[in-house]
Amino acid sequence: MSDPLKPRDGADVEAAIQWALAGGKTLEVAGRGTKRAIGRAAQWDATLDLSALSGVTLYEPEELVLSAKAGTPLAEIEALVAASKQQLAFEPMDYGPLLGAAPGGGTIGGAIAANLSGPRRIKAGAARDHFLGVSAVSGRGETFKSGGRVVKNVTGYDLCKLLAGSWGTLAAMTDVTVKTLPRAETEATMLVVKLDDAAARKAMAAAMGSYGDVSAAAHLPAAVAARIAATANAGAAVTALRLEGVAPSVAQRKTVLEAVLAPFGTLGALDEAASRTFWRAVKNVMPFAADGPSGTRDLWRISTVPAHGPDVGRRLAEQADAEILYDWAGGLIWVALPPSADANAALVRAAVAETGGHATLIRAPAAVRAAVAVFTPEPPPLAALTQRVRDSFDPNGLLNPGRMWAGV
Amino acid sequence: MPVAMPLPDDAVLKRRAEIVAALRSIVPGEGVIASDEAMRPYESDGLTAYRQLPMVVVLPETTAQVAGVLFYCHREGIKVVPRGAGTSLSGGALPLGDGVLLGVAKFNRIREIDFDNGVAVVEPGVTNLAVSQAVEHAGFYYAPDPSSQIACTIGGNVAENSGGVHCLKYGMTTNNVLGCELVLMTGEVLRLGGKHFDAAGYDLLGIVTGSEGLLGVVTEVTVRILKKPQTARAALIGFPSSEDAGDCVARIIGAGIIPGGMEMMDGPAIKATEDFVHAGYPLDVEALLIVELDGPGAEVDYLLERVQEIARSCRAVTCRVSNSEAERLLFWAGRKAAFPAVGRISPDYYCMDGTIPRAKLPLVLKRMRELSRHYGLRCVNVFHAGDGNLHPLILYDANKPGELERTEEFGADILRLCVEVGGVLTGEHGVGVEKRDLMPAMFTQTDLDQQQRLKCAFDDKGLLNPGKVFPTLHRCAELGRMHVHAGKVAFPDLPRF
Ligand SMILES: Cc1cc2nc3c(=O)[nH]c(=O)nc-3n(C[C@H](O)[C@H](O)[C@H](O)COP(=O)(O)OP(=O)(O)OC[C@H]3O[C@@H](n4cnc5c(N)ncnc54)[C@H](O)[C@@H]3O)c2cc1C
Repeated sequence: MSDPLKPRDGADVEAAIQWALAGGKTLEVAGRGTKRAIGRAAQWDATLDLSALSGVTLYEPEELVLSAKAGTPLAEIEALVAASKQQLAFEPMDYGPLLGAAPGGGTIGGAIAANLSGPRRIKAGAARDHFLGVSAVSGRGETFKSGGRVVKNVTGYDLCKLLAGSWGTLAAMTDVTVKTLPRAETEATMLVVKLDDAAARKAMAAAMGSYGDVSAAAHLPAAVAARIAATANAGAAVTALRLEGVAPSVAQRKTVLEAVLAPFGTLGALDEAASRTFWRAVKNVMPFAADGPSGTRDLWRISTVPAHGPDVGRRLAEQADAEILYDWAGGLIWVALPPSADANAALVRAAVAETGGHATLIRAPAAVRAAVAVFTPEPPPLAALTQRVRDSFDPNGLLNPGRMWAGV
Repeated sequence: MPVAMPLPDDAVLKRRAEIVAALRSIVPGEGVIASDEAMRPYESDGLTAYRQLPMVVVLPETTAQVAGVLFYCHREGIKVVPRGAGTSLSGGALPLGDGVLLGVAKFNRIREIDFDNGVAVVEPGVTNLAVSQAVEHAGFYYAPDPSSQIACTIGGNVAENSGGVHCLKYGMTTNNVLGCELVLMTGEVLRLGGKHFDAAGYDLLGIVTGSEGLLGVVTEVTVRILKKPQTARAALIGFPSSEDAGDCVARIIGAGIIPGGMEMMDGPAIKATEDFVHAGYPLDVEALLIVELDGPGAEVDYLLERVQEIARSCRAVTCRVSNSEAERLLFWAGRKAAFPAVGRISPDYYCMDGTIPRAKLPLVLKRMRELSRHYGLRCVNVFHAGDGNLHPLILYDANKPGELERTEEFGADILRLCVEVGGVLTGEHGVGVEKRDLMPAMFTQTDLDQQQRLKCAFDDKGLLNPGKVFPTLHRCAELGRMHVHAGKVAFPDLPRF
């Protein structure tokens, strides 16, 4: 691979893509490259490094809006909005620790391209839900924009949704606008200890269906709970439910949850500080961090029907030495499996197929990621539409070819 | 009203009898309507200034029938316009004289309610309100609540990405749907999403939502249902000027409060609604805010105190807080009746739907007053204040020669103004035919071409709802062409490391 192309502005990005078009070259589209190890292992002629497109260009807290160049570090944005007591409500996770990269390295463009979210997904949505406007250069080498800087907008197709989660395979984003929201004044977490996966799911469902207005619901089997400081001393499985808001509200909802959860088992609680660190660990899946005891395991991320989370977990555990962390009230399952030549792909896909949803291989050696499908394979008519959508932005397939699916 | 629609295809029109017969073989019985009289109810949607009888109306009942109709029309080169309840305010469901109008009214069943996963699976012809009503007994509801919710369908909501007064806090349709079944123009049936979160690959559900029936026909939708907030209380706050009211909205949000709803009305709107419903609105103010807080009682009471403090510091002259559910509903009664109230003071009105950055409100209101004088037409404003979505209502009399045309020009000026101050042409009603020709005010040709290329990925022959959203139609082959100047593009002069 040759040296990276490092555009300074949108015009440079256009020139770079036109150069690739004219020369029949392929490009790796990257922010700061922190998520480079996710996706199929493929080869590109050059890297389009967008990290020099950096800086917040507009932030109006009272309008709940922020615009930034796509290569702006996410950490910079999060610090800026925090100073105005705001946040990116989609709680973008940081893949750094899972992939063995330093934490806090990603860019806003990368967060959107990977459609990041966190434990608050169940209440506040993912990056897609907070992504208001974009300027990008397509694989045709043309700059286009979509959306705007206002939340309510149905003018034309919502291309932002399509770019979110497209892993740089449709266009290189140069400028993005996102919604910011007030940060909760305080938070607390209720715990139920010693539940098996199925009972934990029932407890989380009861909490979700209550007036508790829960903003995160996770279940950590004992071995996983032991790896997070806040829950290590429980010595058992921990089911955790987060409450966020103004103090009187959190206090009232705590009472609500206590009543709902009492029948399930022994209750505990985390105060504000412990709650914050606990959920940061869950968000970044620290129990399976690259430098931890499961660091060499293959790691899958499964999104499924929440009520079926434990079924998926059980199937996997029956057939492999699976370590599991449940988030999203059972709908998000992180599975760490002993390393193998195919990352147990058939097993994982079969388990998910039975209940609905999808699985992505987040961590595995490059050779494995070249051999097995990293993203969920699509049935034929959908795969054909995916290819046509891709072609409509990037007819020559020069942006991140093969990163999501072989040949796409 | 003159709006250029795609030229009718004579070859298709000549084959009408044959086409009707073919459709009858796909959708038997009452499902095919071909007499002018019986098709009359379908000749327009909520934008009644535009009318056109379709070539034929088809009301399929099953996905297989929808697929059959689309497969046939695709093969034969016949245009298709999908329709829900026909409440669109932008002409999205306006029929084509040489096209099949495909109504989903018979898809009216709720297929599954799954409280455990917080979702309902419904057919697209189910009304918005019916979803909430079906889950109400368990204390749940479907959050997006367009004012048309008793009539509009979920399929229409998905197609328009509809919002409501509560979408500031709970999001628009796109934030509340998890999956759908979609039939492409070729008759292929796709499942996008499901009861789980986020797409496996590209977020095609996200792009279908808000696509105004141009990408496929939605035959099933999986929506999120939420636990109803335990309590809701509203404050009715009057201000001497819209600047003060706008300032108050900004400070409420600046204080970290996201109300369940935050609506503003200007002086003329207050007067018209008060005369109509007697909600007890103060008549000596220039702007009125309804701020609704919802959630646990302790939170609502606490935040209402803070909202009142903020209001006082923003020169509010009146402030009432609802002390009962009846009183809260009364506060809303006026706002919710704004359209019919305006209907009482003017023979006709035209509802606009732009969004602006909220801080530009005073400027936009001032410019709208100037435009109102310029066109000699009254204008009344209701406003989803929290998210900057304006609904100016222009009052006119269609029987007065030239007034409708002036109204349309006034409306177009308002929308251009919205774009000029950093906003957009439509916040929730869609582009349809109404704002189609204004699209270049917001988008370059490159922007529009890219959107149309995406349309081609779904509908290669451009047969699904053509003439909507895009000011000019291009053939897909033409759009797909790329001009690569091999050799001409210099090696880019970029820093390399
Ligand atoms: C009095 C009134 C108040 C309103 N208030 C609001 C409001 O507060 N917020 C708001 O957002 N809107 C509002 N609207 C606009 C309108 O109700 C919405 O746009 C609604 O979602 C349209 O639904 P419908 O079923 O009537 O769709 P239709 O009008 O029948 O169709 C709308 C569009 O959707 C397409 N379509 C319909 N069904 C399908 C399907 N199954 N598959 C694919 N495409 C389909 C059609 O082709 C068309 O382009 C209001 C309208 C009225 C008349």
